[in-house]
Order: sequence, then C-alpha cells, then structure tokens
Amino acid sequence: MTPERARELLATVAGVTVAATPPAPIVAQVLTEHWLDAARYAKATLGCTYFSFLTAIDWKADGLEIVVWVDNLDAKLSVQLRTRLGAGQTTCASIVPVYRGANWMERECFDMFGVQFVGHPDPRRILLADDWQGHPLLKSYAVDTPHPPYR
Amino acid sequence: MEIKPPVPQVPVPIWKNFKDLQEWEEHHQSRPETGDKHSSLFEQVTEGIHNFPGGFALTTVADGFFNWARKSSVWPVSFGLACCAIEMMATFASRFDVERLGMVPWASPRHSDLMIVSGTVTIKMAPMLERIYDQMPDPKWVVSMGSCANSGGPFRHGYHVVKGVDRVVPVDVYVPGCPPPPESLLNGLLLLQDQISHFRHTGKRAAPTPKVD
Amino acid sequence: MPDVRAIDYAGSERLTMNMGPQHPSAHGVFRAILTLEGETVVGVDAVIGYLHRCHEKLAENLAYVQYPTIASKTDYVAAMSSELAYVMAAEQIAKVEVPKRAQYLRVLVGELQRIASHCLWLGTWCMDMGGALGGGATIFLYCIRERELVLDLFEALVGARLLYGFHQVGGVRYDLPEGWTDLCRRTIDLIDSRVDEYEHMLADNPFFDMRTKGVGVISRELAQDVGISGPLLRGSGVDFDLRRAYPYSSYEDFEFRVPVETAGDCYARYHVRMVEFRQSARIVRQVLDGLPEGPISSRPGVKSLAQVKVPKGEAYARVEGPRGEVGCYLVADGSNKPYRMKWRGASFSNLSVLPHILVGASVADVVAIMGSVDPVFGEVDR
Repeated sequence: MTPERARELLATVAGVTVAATPPAPIVAQVLTEHWLDAARYAKATLGCTYFSFLTAIDWKADGLEIVVWVDNLDAKLSVQLRTRLGAGQTTCASIVPVYRGANWMERECFDMFGVQFVGHPDPRRILLADDWQGHPLLKSYAVDTPHPPYR
Repeated sequence: MEIKPPVPQVPVPIWKNFKDLQEWEEHHQSRPETGDKHSSLFEQVTEGIHNFPGGFALTTVADGFFNWARKSSVWPVSFGLACCAIEMMATFASRFDVERLGMVPWASPRHSDLMIVSGTVTIKMAPMLERIYDQMPDPKWVVSMGSCANSGGPFRHGYHVVKGVDRVVPVDVYVPGCPPPPESLLNGLLLLQDQISHFRHTGKRAAPTPKVD
Repeated sequence: MPDVRAIDYAGSERLTMNMGPQHPSAHGVFRAILTLEGETVVGVDAVIGYLHRCHEKLAENLAYVQYPTIASKTDYVAAMSSELAYVMAAEQIAKVEVPKRAQYLRVLVGELQRIASHCLWLGTWCMDMGGALGGGATIFLYCIRERELVLDLFEALVGARLLYGFHQVGGVRYDLPEGWTDLCRRTIDLIDSRVDEYEHMLADNPFFDMRTKGVGVISRELAQDVGISGPLLRGSGVDFDLRRAYPYSSYEDFEFRVPVETAGDCYARYHVRMVEFRQSARIVRQVLDGLPEGPISSRPGVKSLAQVKVPKGEAYARVEGPRGEVGCYLVADGSNKPYRMKWRGASFSNLSVLPHILVGASVADVVAIMGSVDPVFGEVDR
C-alpha cells in the first residue's frame, strides 16, 4: 500500500474527492452522507488502523467541518478525511463503530462545537460540566464569557 | 455522687436522618459558633486571666507556645492541580526538603492544616476545592501557589478558569511565579510560619473575596 | 464495553466508588467513578475536564509569538515537546527554514526533557505502588534527585526549571552558555549509572513483578484503534516512533534504538521507558559531539506581536513526546493569530484506553495501570 495506490483507491469511493496536495497527507473531502463508509474504507482497504484525532473547525457562515486524521503505520501513510456539514447543520454520523478512539474525541466535539454524532454510545459533555450552556469553540462564543459566581 | 454526662451543646445528629454525606457536612458546618476551637470554659478562664492585672503575660507565653507548636508542624494536604504541583512535589523532595520544617504532605484533608493550591482552579474543580477546604479542621491556612491560583494567571481570560482561588477560599499567602521555583515556595511557607506565630484565635474566617471585575 | 454507566443494584454486591479528583496517587485532577463487584472493577466512568483551561480558544486569541509559552503548559512535565509541536506547525505552514544548529538544539532539549519526564514517571509510579511514606518514597526521592540535575541544566540554559519559552517560530531563543556542554556530559554519565541502579533495584523484586506483570494488558489491535501512542503503543508490539517514522528536526542524523515489547502489560511499558532513558542519553551525546555552528534562529528576536504572520494554510505537526504523539493541527488565515488550533494531546488518547482495560482489574491494579499510562492532565483537559 503506497501513497499513490491509496490515492487511486480512495478516489474510487463514492462521495470522496481527493485533493491534489503535496505527497503527505492524503486529504479527502467526503460528503456527509458517505462519512461512515469512507471511514470504513480507510480502515479496511487502505489499512489505516491507527486513529490519530478527530476535530471540527467553525467556518462561521459556511458552517462546521469535521476533520479526521488516520494513519497506516506500516506503510507510513497518513489520510485526512474531511466533511463539511453545511451552514447551520450540526449532525454527523459517528465513526465510533469503526475507530474506538473516536469515542472521547467526538464527545469533545459535541462539547466544544455542539455537533451531534448519530450513533455515539455515550453522547455527553466531556470537558465541561454537564449543565454548561453553550459550546465554547464556536466563533460566536466569547473567550472571556462570565460564569457567575466564579468569574 | 452521681456524675452526669455533659449536656451536648448541639443535638446529636442521627445518621439515618440525613439523606447523604453532603447534608451531614452542611449540618456540621452551619451549627452555631461556640468558639469552635476551644470550649467555652477555656474561653472564660482565658478572659479571666486577661482581666487579672499582669495576666496577659501568662496567656502570651501560652499562646507563644501553642503557636510555635502549630507552625512547626503544618501538614499540607496534597492538593496538586497542574504544573505547580510538579514544583510542589520537587519542594517536598530531597533537595528542597520541607520535612525539615515539619511539613509532611498528607493525603487526607481531615488531618491537615494547610492547603497549598498549586495550579489553575477551573469552574468544574472549584466546588471540589471548597469541599476539601471545608473538610479541613480549624485552624487552617491556604497558600495560593503560582499565578493561576493567585489571579487566574496566563489563562485568566478563559471561559472555564476562576480568576484566582481567593474567590473560592480565603487565602493567607500568595506565592507568585509560573511556576514558582521551590525557593519561592519555601519563602512563601516561611512567611506563613511567621503569620502563624502571630496567630491568636481563628475566630471567624474572612469570607472569600467578592468578585470585583 | 466502554464507559459503563448503568448501575444495577438488584441483588448484587455492586459498589460505586469515587476515585478523585483529589487523591493521593498523584497524577492530577482525574475522577474515576468505579463500579466495583467486591474488589473487581466492572465499570469505569472516567470524568475529566477538571483542568480544562481553554487552550484551544486562547490560541485563537493569542499571537504566534505569545502562544508557545502557553503551549508548554499542556504537557507541563515535558514542556519542550509541547512547545515544539506548536512552533513546528506554524513553521510548516509558513515554510520557514530552521537552521541546523537550532534543529540540533531542539533535539538536545527534547531528549533531556524525555529523561527528566521519565525520571518523574518512574518516581511517582513506584511511589503509587509502594505507598508515600513507606518503601515507595525511596525511588521517588532518588528519581527526583536525578531530575533536579537535568533541571539545573535547563535553568542554566533557559532560566526556568519547568516551563520554558525556549522555542520560537524559526528556531530557538537561547544558545548554550559557557561550560554547558561539559556539565551536560557529566550529568548524562551520572544519570546513566543511576538508571542502572534503579533497574537493579526493581529487576527481581517480587512485589514489583507481581504488580506489573500481566497487569493492564493492551492488545495490539486495541492500541491502534484507540490511538494510543508512545511507550504504550510500543509496549503492545507496534513499532511506531515518530522520530523514526516521520523524522523531524534532524532526527534522521542520529542513531538510536526504538524499543518494542510485545507483552502489552505494565512491565512491558516500564521496560520500554527504561530503554528510552539509555537511548535518550545516547542521542544527547551524539548531538553534543556533532553540534554545528551557526545561527540559532532564522527569524530575529521577537519585538512586537505582529512580527510573525503565517499565510493561509493548514498543517499538522507531530512530535514524539515522552507520552506519545503530541500534535498541533493549525489552521492559519494570514494574520498574526491562528484561526483554529487543535491540540492532539498524547495523554487524552492514552487515557481513553482506560475504560477498555480497567474492567476486570482489581482496585490495586487501577493505581498501577494509571501510573504506567502516565497521564498529564494539562494534555488531557487542555
């Protein structure tokens, strides 16, 4: 499994567009409906069994984007899967059935961005208290928001 | 002659009347102040000695002795939160030994005198910190170690950070630094020992600082 | 089954025990709500976030020149690796050349930091397993004594013992003072001999064997699936070290062995870290022998906030910290502040393996496993 072969294979998956970036990593833009399939393909066919991280970016008017980085350790291959949820959308399929490491990462995404992961076994906040209002890493949330009685 | 047992000052709390440990703690903390360190008899005797001409010398000597005992054996509850905890551990280790000052780090708050708040206090952690503080018996002191505990430090503007531990518990000594090297913390602890040597009564603790900004 | 929360009281001997956020096994603010059946753990709810200091939000509001000092507070036991990840990400996007001497200095402090971090790990882990005032404090005091020697080196170099502001975009800020290299060589030789002593102390210790062999086994497949890294991954049989696989900052110039063990238990992870002590010392000697002359930074010293502007782009820089893969995923938008920074903390992923391996362990094993996972909560909660 070389990076070139992985690029070819990934381009054949439905809903995936492989970006023409420099050699590493392989950046694949995935349509939200095919998110889980793309993750399964990366693990099963491309051999990317190592889960590095899952995060989100708030593009303000353009909505949220979920970014996942997985690696094939033997082939030294890095694959970045991205999906744009669309303006105002906050639901995404959960890839916990594929990568168990996504469990806490998706909880953190929910906590910080408000993304609801469909199929997540334990959808609770992880870093903030369960009764916290708001999702801090959204661009609309001020960094020094007051929180009586402590600040 | 019949010896009567002492009449309890507060009604004896029956364990099953309380829903859980929370309520038990609250009950004990909200009971009326009776000079919580000494019995009322001791208070009367001390006042009597004071009013007697020249009697203050005796109480000063006694106080001096008690304060020497208190300051020579301050046991900190091991309460490391963040990076300052590593420097606190280095202070407790062999090079900057605090055990020579009598300070044995002790895990249980029930047996300790001092809480060194080392690290950032977050909103999620603040109620836990208050609980540990409440569990410590009087007389107790708090040393705020590091800039995060003093005022929120480099994370002051974060949404989840309390701007200083003195919004949660009353503080006696502030040790600046990020993190304060063990020499600074030792300086702060020696200042605390000075404070303790001037200690008279705990009385009512000062309330935590009200929010000012 | 991860994160079991349902507690079933009907006719069983189940007890819910709360461990922390303040507890004597000095790892920081971590709360584990254990569901116990007698002495065996049947469910774990790991509650984190007691040290959530808003790193990612602050990064969007602080300039590139301001943030490295804050970044060092994520993995505060290995501050050099933490700063390096952030600075490397900015350099990757901005395509900034780092001079050779600066790269070698980065390797030097990175490996010294690894030695200091492992000293602290060994000391606190053995203290947890042995009791604070009993036999456990022995190794703790010895290891802290070694760590103090390395911190003396850092203090001479940077001025700070624990949290440095050593890295900047383009290179490093401080150069080696007079006589530092000799002091470093002597310290490394001394530490090598002392590490031999510790290994000898723990080698055939029956209590140590009983508490670590076969305890907390992480299978190879679970390790990769969850995304744990560093000594945990290498202790489970996966030969992956970022310094070998994706060399950064001139690591390809140095010869060192990457230890891999297949057992996956606490003893394997201990052995991996002990070998890493020696290999780090070996790398430090090679760096000192081959240190080139030259500038220590390709950018001038910082004079204003707007000095470093990174053009539009994204990068993910990964560093092999003492705990594993520390990564900084940076999205830049051309100004002097990042648009988004994701901190991939090694301990966050390492800790998320706990619900999978604690089930079936006894309460005493929980302490041994927590220690061998070696979490630092600045990285977990960010």
